[in-house]
Amino acid sequence: MDSLDFQLIASVQQGLPLVEQPYALIAVHLGTSETSVIERLARLKAHGLIKRWGVVVKHRELGYRANAMIVIDVPDEQVAEAGARLSRQPCVNLCYRRPRQGEIWPYNLYCMIHGTNRDIVLQQWAELRQRCGLEAYGFDVLFSKRCFKQRGALYGRRNNGLSSRQTAEALVEHDQQEV
Amino acid sequence: MLTSLQKRLLNDYQQAFPLSSRPFRDIAEQLGVAEHDVLTALRELSDRQMISRIGPVIAPNLIGSSSLVAMAIPDDDLERVAGLVSRYAEINHNYERENRFNLWFVAVGDNDEHLQSVITDIERQTGYPAMRLPMLADYFINLGFDLNLP
Repeated sequence: MDSLDFQLIASVQQGLPLVEQPYALIAVHLGTSETSVIERLARLKAHGLIKRWGVVVKHRELGYRANAMIVIDVPDEQVAEAGARLSRQPCVNLCYRRPRQGEIWPYNLYCMIHGTNRDIVLQQWAELRQRCGLEAYGFDVLFSKRCFKQRGALYGRRNNGLSSRQTAEALVEHDQQEV
Repeated sequence: MLTSLQKRLLNDYQQAFPLSSRPFRDIAEQLGVAEHDVLTALRELSDRQMISRIGPVIAPNLIGSSSLVAMAIPDDDLERVAGLVSRYAEINHNYERENRFNLWFVAVGDNDEHLQSVITDIERQTGYPAMRLPMLADYFINLGFDLNLP
């Protein structure tokens, strides 16, 4: 990645302008060409830095208000396979392996399920456990309650002396939680 | 209520959004409507806060260093601690969850050293230990949010 890539990511972080030629408008701001913007975005996508390029929906506003983080204690030698299976289920959003913290927190596999209400989420989880062969493992379901802070201060300070690198970091974290 | 055009825009363009000179015209051709209709529908979805943007979802941890962090805080002290945590510019999300570990947030640093110093400082300022849960592997292939719109 070069500095123009960082600037490009920073400039698209709040979304494409809704005009007929959005990439051309971004190009004007960056002092480059429309072709260069499109080619760079395609390259960042092909290299995997951009995991996806498209409409990012706000699931809460679309009625998906129950948000559960599910933590599972899977034997280490099976965690990659379990993670891959879980990730293929349509109701799962995000699926990560994280380190256990001894007896106080024995979980090593995390996934996120968003649903329109708690009962639906719990029902989906019951089905997932069965379908993905996770019935034997300990787990916990952590529904979210209050949101104290949703976006980083970094995120909103884009035009306030913040480097594009920091902006990109803020964007990464925003998506980890919200998608 | 959502129009059928809006539902299709929400469902079908979370990943296959065109990287072309006139992306909204390309979509309009695919859906058999006018470019203007696509732009109007997307502006309304944006105004109604139903989409956060048309743009990138970035792979985690390729830039900088980050960690999920959890703390177990007594209920009567939760608001104070949550307020302290939220004040850090390095904290991007801060949620209460239903568990003994009831405060969950994401910390971001320029590098590992910066990240560690922020978490250590939070422990010192709040008086409670913080459990660090960095990502070890990402199994999810982001295909967008699977909507089941009525």
